[in-house]
Amino acid sequence: MPREEIKPWLRTRFFPHIWCPGCGHGIILHAILRSLVDLGKTREETVIASGIGCSSRMPGYINANTVHTTHGRSLAFATGIKLANPELTVIDVMGDGDCTAIGGNHFIHACRRNIDITAIVMNNNIYGMTGGQASPTTPVGARATTAPYGAIDTPFDICRLAEGAGASYVARATIAQPALCEQYIKKAIQKKGFSVVEIITHCHTQFGRKNKRPNPVDNLIFFKENSIPKAKAKEMTEEEKKGKIVIGEFVDREGLEYTEAYLKLIERVRG
Amino acid sequence: MPRKLAFWQGNMAIAMGGIAAGCRFFGGYPITPSSEIAEVMAEELPKINGRFIQMEDEIGGIAATIGASIAGYKAMTATSGPGFSLKQENLGLAYMAEIPIVVIDVMRGGPSTGLPTRVSQQDVMQARWGTHGDHGTIAYAPSSVQECFELTIDAFNMAERFRQPVLVMSDEVIGHMREKVVIPEPGSYPIVDRKRPKVSPDEFVPYLADPADDVPPMASFGDGYRWHVTGLTHNDYGFPTNEPEEIGKKHLRLVRKVERFRDEIVKYDLEQAEDAEILVVSYGCVARSAVRAVREARAKGIRVGHFRPITLWPFPDKELIQAAGQAKKVIVPELNCGQMISEVKIALGCKAEIIPSNLVNGEILRPHEILATIEEVA
Repeated sequence: MPREEIKPWLRTRFFPHIWCPGCGHGIILHAILRSLVDLGKTREETVIASGIGCSSRMPGYINANTVHTTHGRSLAFATGIKLANPELTVIDVMGDGDCTAIGGNHFIHACRRNIDITAIVMNNNIYGMTGGQASPTTPVGARATTAPYGAIDTPFDICRLAEGAGASYVARATIAQPALCEQYIKKAIQKKGFSVVEIITHCHTQFGRKNKRPNPVDNLIFFKENSIPKAKAKEMTEEEKKGKIVIGEFVDREGLEYTEAYLKLIERVRG
Repeated sequence: MPRKLAFWQGNMAIAMGGIAAGCRFFGGYPITPSSEIAEVMAEELPKINGRFIQMEDEIGGIAATIGASIAGYKAMTATSGPGFSLKQENLGLAYMAEIPIVVIDVMRGGPSTGLPTRVSQQDVMQARWGTHGDHGTIAYAPSSVQECFELTIDAFNMAERFRQPVLVMSDEVIGHMREKVVIPEPGSYPIVDRKRPKVSPDEFVPYLADPADDVPPMASFGDGYRWHVTGLTHNDYGFPTNEPEEIGKKHLRLVRKVERFRDEIVKYDLEQAEDAEILVVSYGCVARSAVRAVREARAKGIRVGHFRPITLWPFPDKELIQAAGQAKKVIVPELNCGQMISEVKIALGCKAEIIPSNLVNGEILRPHEILATIEEVA
């Protein structure tokens, strides 16, 4: 059950939600709302943006300023909102396909621009809503409806992508560590600059059925058994790290934030 | 009062017209032959506390523009052929979610990369039907640099009034030519701002339209009203619906809000049409050649007139029927293989012979060429 102070943030009239029973997205929704409440954010100052997919239906359930945009484009919409009104707290919730396939260009440029937006990427390694097609994070060998003989293309490491593209804060956790998810989301929201929290979750319906993890509990156990902290991963060989999920904070740096830079530019131009 | 004069390029006039209309946000991406609009905005907007952003692609350009409008700004983007194609999906979102923005398309030759530096009028049907799904369309076609300025103001006013995207379909010739512009004094032309909610945030129903005009008042993110924006078909509360009654209500209103006020939106221009036996119908840069051809033909004693749709959409069909009067022959010169001619045929097909005159080699139709067609059919 959600905490009492979370309830005003939920549009409960739309429950039951569209997610399958046992879906991990609810854990992430809860972590986001707990973070916002604990940081003292108001619903009026908060914007939740999304694109298309199961995870992108999340804003509909959040009682704030919410915008459900086109597939992959939410960060570009969020950029316009944030630049127009830098006072707003802007959170962009995305799935792995939305963020790294169709939205890959917007993702790397939001990182590069270092605009003060928090991106929460719910990575379940599959296109769930459309019926289980392979995504850019589907592991090599995993089966999907469009990879019936197993995926052959190398998946993205979303955190390394964000780091390389210039994000100010980058972290990864799984839904099997909800407290850690919350801790990272809070830091990401507080960070001045572009932040990425990748949360590994599962789609037992579309990914699990084809890949021997057909029920939610199997997936949670899998995440618990295969998560390794960043420090431990450093001591492991590439071979040992295969199939493991490295969790932790990968980037926490200060950089010139875009809206601040633009407001300074205005000051300079206007003298 | 002394008139303020300028000698501007069409693209510059569009940027300055936008600013005069209250545009304070521009999201864009470089593309020939529209880039000057972005360049002028990059220079001018910071001076007036506005915001310019060069996005990573055309899709991002319109997305950021829509985002800024949701946050309360009058916002605009500009592009040309291929970029206009790329913007179509998000243009649809702006129609569906009823977000006012202005989109400029400086037409060049297509399809595909086509002719980046050469003129065409090949996007006029894309303006109407480019994004998937039904919607009302408002699109202007300027024929002079003065009109680039004035019609961009009109475009913003209509976008704000009807809560939807409005298009300015310029072309490479109009965009790049320089002419004298008489800049009207601020306050001497109407400026329309979107209707704001009159109820408290708790009573606010984001898509509950005012029956008087079918347009719902719009709140901005950050001003205390919490609401949901989605490209999914939604009910009055702004939330996705699969209820046939709610779907039909929303869908029909999107079309009706423009159709109802069609007479107030439509703009056109007439030249010596009263007793015309031949009528020339053209728009944009071609109309400049056509008007001259008509005047020269008149001097030769040919009873010919000119009708210029200024709004391509809604197409001024009633006005065209009226203007055509007893004309038995109607010439439609266009820089495409025949696009607006379909609308002319729908309006006049039974009453007159409709004669196409098309040029698709990257050149503009010249006055003597149109004059030759007039003389041929006279």
